[in-house]
Amino acid sequence: MEFLLNLTIYFPLLGVLAFLFLKSDNAVKWTSLIVTSVTFLLSLPLLLNFDVAGSAFPQYVTEGSPILTGFDVKYLVGLDGLSLLLFMLTTLFGPIVILSSWNSVNKSLIGYYSMLLILQTASLGVFASLDLVVFYVFFELSLIPMYFLIGIWGGSDKIRATIKFFIYTLVGSLIMLVALIYLGFNAGAATGVYQFTADWRFISSPEYTIGLVEQTWLFLAFALAFCIKVPLFPFHTWLPYAHTEAPTAGSVVLAAIMLKLGTYGLIRVCMTAFPNAFMEFAPWMAILAVIGIIYGALVAMVQKDVKKLVAYSSVSHLGFVVLGIFAFNTIAVQGAIIQMINHGLSTGALFLIVGMIYDRRHTRMIADFGGIAKKMPVFAVMFMIATLASIGLPGLNGFIGEFFILNGSFFSELYANKAYAVIAALGVILAAVYMLWMYQRVMFGPITNKENEKLIDLNGREIGLLVPLVIFMVWIGIRPVDFTKYSEEWVDTYITLSEEKSVSVIENTNSDDIPDWTAKFYKIGGNQSESELVLKDK
Amino acid sequence: MDYLHDLHSFLPGIIVAIAGLIVIMLDAFKKSIAVSYSVAVFGLGIAVLVAIQSLFGDSGTAFSGMIVYGGTGAFGTVVVLLGALFCVIISKDYLEDLDLHNGEVYAMVLFSVTGMLGLAVSNDLITLFISLETMSICLYVLAGLMKNEKIGAEAALKYFLLGAFSTGFLLYGIALIYGATGHTNLVEIAAAAEPTLLFFAGSALLLVGIFFKIAAVPFHMWTPDVYQGTPTTLTAFMATAAKSATFVAFILVLTRMLPDSEAGDWTNVIQVMAIITMIVGNLIALAQDNVKRMLAYSSIAHAGYLMVGLAAGTAAGYSGVLYYLFAYTLMNVGAFGVIAYYERNHGLDFTQIDSYAGLGFKVPVMGVMLSVFLFSLAGIPPLVGFVGKYYVFAAAIQAGLIPLAIIGVLASAASVYYYLRVMVYLYFKEAHKEYSLKQPGFMFKTTLILLAVLTIYYGIEPVLPTTGLIELINSYYAL
Repeated sequence: MEFLLNLTIYFPLLGVLAFLFLKSDNAVKWTSLIVTSVTFLLSLPLLLNFDVAGSAFPQYVTEGSPILTGFDVKYLVGLDGLSLLLFMLTTLFGPIVILSSWNSVNKSLIGYYSMLLILQTASLGVFASLDLVVFYVFFELSLIPMYFLIGIWGGSDKIRATIKFFIYTLVGSLIMLVALIYLGFNAGAATGVYQFTADWRFISSPEYTIGLVEQTWLFLAFALAFCIKVPLFPFHTWLPYAHTEAPTAGSVVLAAIMLKLGTYGLIRVCMTAFPNAFMEFAPWMAILAVIGIIYGALVAMVQKDVKKLVAYSSVSHLGFVVLGIFAFNTIAVQGAIIQMINHGLSTGALFLIVGMIYDRRHTRMIADFGGIAKKMPVFAVMFMIATLASIGLPGLNGFIGEFFILNGSFFSELYANKAYAVIAALGVILAAVYMLWMYQRVMFGPITNKENEKLIDLNGREIGLLVPLVIFMVWIGIRPVDFTKYSEEWVDTYITLSEEKSVSVIENTNSDDIPDWTAKFYKIGGNQSESELVLKDK
Repeated sequence: MDYLHDLHSFLPGIIVAIAGLIVIMLDAFKKSIAVSYSVAVFGLGIAVLVAIQSLFGDSGTAFSGMIVYGGTGAFGTVVVLLGALFCVIISKDYLEDLDLHNGEVYAMVLFSVTGMLGLAVSNDLITLFISLETMSICLYVLAGLMKNEKIGAEAALKYFLLGAFSTGFLLYGIALIYGATGHTNLVEIAAAAEPTLLFFAGSALLLVGIFFKIAAVPFHMWTPDVYQGTPTTLTAFMATAAKSATFVAFILVLTRMLPDSEAGDWTNVIQVMAIITMIVGNLIALAQDNVKRMLAYSSIAHAGYLMVGLAAGTAAGYSGVLYYLFAYTLMNVGAFGVIAYYERNHGLDFTQIDSYAGLGFKVPVMGVMLSVFLFSLAGIPPLVGFVGKYYVFAAAIQAGLIPLAIIGVLASAASVYYYLRVMVYLYFKEAHKEYSLKQPGFMFKTTLILLAVLTIYYGIEPVLPTTGLIELINSYYAL
């Protein structure tokens, strides 16, 4: 099984090697399809053999030896309850993404499919790696193929979009690198064995706690990198550009998988390693998340371009995920995890649908369409399901995630204010407004544009790549427990653990040893007032 | 017996010097460039093998304490020789096309490598000075190789005048240090050093001389013009081998002559210099439209990153610097090599970034390799440039220099913009007109592919279950 996990991660790279010997375009396409399909099949046993009860602990672990004596950076991969579903989502999207570009990409195919395959390996690597340095390497590696995907195969303003995307993400992650190295030395000192360790299992364990001052800075550095990636308001400005200019496959991977790297990182690192800072900053992050929810929805409403509309809806939906994460109770974090999957499925499907209509009409402007439902009934059904899933209609997947998140935030002790959940719930209403309004303008009414008379309905390939997504949308909507069961144990364990850790840090901190601002921020000073009380009593 | 031991400890340098002498004699009597070229490659190749073998040997001093062998110096020797070897191999095709393919070129390269090897093992200020001059004078000649071009003449003159000036500083510094301590041997100076004004002034002047050679800001003014006016493959030679040799000498001076003590704690100065160098180098590089000048400024910025490791002043810092030099040599020779390839197809003004539009798809392997080298220079994992930066910045963070590390990573984030810009032109822009590119020669292509493979291999090598390179380097600094 350990071997199988590694094979799954690196199998897409074999496809890239095979390209060296392939000349014909068709061979390249079929090789990519076969490679990604095999990757998906290889990953299935990982899901089926997963020990649900033990999901708090990494399974299928491969552990290399430290790169240096005393320097505990090593190849370390495995899956646990947090990463399993995201890992599976990534392998599921592999063949779908390849199929989606079957006829729409004609320029330098070898390069194009190599980039998609490298991206696949990088994303799988991020979700599987348990050593933070290895995590960082995969995290950064995922930038390169996306940079080329947008830059070479993108739309008219692609250069600006791709550079903005690259630099924006890189600034965040480089600051994270400094924090990561600092964290490594700090944790290394705590092991007593090593100088440096980046082993997540140690960093998240109860044996290792970090002082409040360090936690504050480390949290901010890591959170910045992840929030840019998510993207959380106000770091979202790169996203609409990148999405609009990217080719369909690029948008799908970006929305379905790469944005999750940010939210995943927030849970994986920020929640488990810096619990005090996580809890103190939670209301602030929630404010940003709520602003993102409302702002993304409002901006989406006024878009004239369908793809931009979907892009802004991502900002809104990921706001929900962040809100759930920082609510810091089992139900909300569970909701955040399942919402990551939901957003991947529904937004991925929406981007695919936008791509299909763009292939036919070479425009994405809402005004150019109208009345298409008559010409393309199958398309209309698929589009409707994806739209409703994205809105959060009960019975489909989006509802489950949003309900869990809102429910959890409503009762969150960290937020201690129901306003967050209430305002965020407005986002759901707004989502219905902008999505349905868009759907109505595109699909219904009379056909105003003559070009639309000639539209042909979806072909077998296009239906085939949407059907699996629709199946999962319904499945999650009806029986969410089939999916949430994987992360339940994990979330319970780590929320309890993080709470205990934060308490022990506070207990072990003497307010005299830390700067005033830290003491105020973490509301330490209790010792002082207690002693004053004692004096008064006397 | 001792005499033999001394000779053996400087064997790579001696081999290179003999090869240089053979080349110059061949050139005088038998005008066969092919033979000169073969001798140069062969000589450097043997020297590399000898040097690699001495990596695993013992260390000590030789020639009555004039040089060190083993350890830092041995690793520096390997890096310099590898850089020189790769540059010589890729020079052949390129110089032939420019009509500059003379035997003297190889003689000059070999003599300057001899100087570099001396520099990389110097344990005495006199050795350091003589080696530095041997290296520099040959480099002045190489800078002026395109003597009929304006930029070639400018490069040679500028390099020579400013170089001579900086040598003056260096020599004056040595004189003052001798005056203050009565020694020229690095270790003896350290033992005799007192925190006097004289010693302080001497060290400062010595460092100025070194800063000039590694092109640290504000002593960098010569770099862009010289790099632009020198034939590209020889620019690669200057930017890698010469810089590596000087950095190794810098490490030797810092560790042996100015160990952490009252008389010579220069880490603050190096820290400030590192910050200025990283910021200025990267910011000016952002504005360059000529790829060679851009790489010149980027090499200034890389000197800044290297100085971050020196500023840490710890074993981890010094070994990080050595690793970085190795990484830098691989990726920089590679980047200059691909640029030389494009240039030799279309002449000298073909280094303007405009002319790269759409080139990436022409000969795909070259475009892909340039991308690999540039991503590596930008420090993106999993390439060797990232590993180098990681070690250097990790050392700085470990030494508590967190602001320095943050400025460093932000500067390198800015650098990504200009590296990406090259790829924007290579791949994202349409070609202005149809160019036809010659296929690269076999040796040229193989060398570059080897460099690209090494760039990737050493990027993932740290997690492979082999004994890492860094492990070897670290053993030199076992404390």
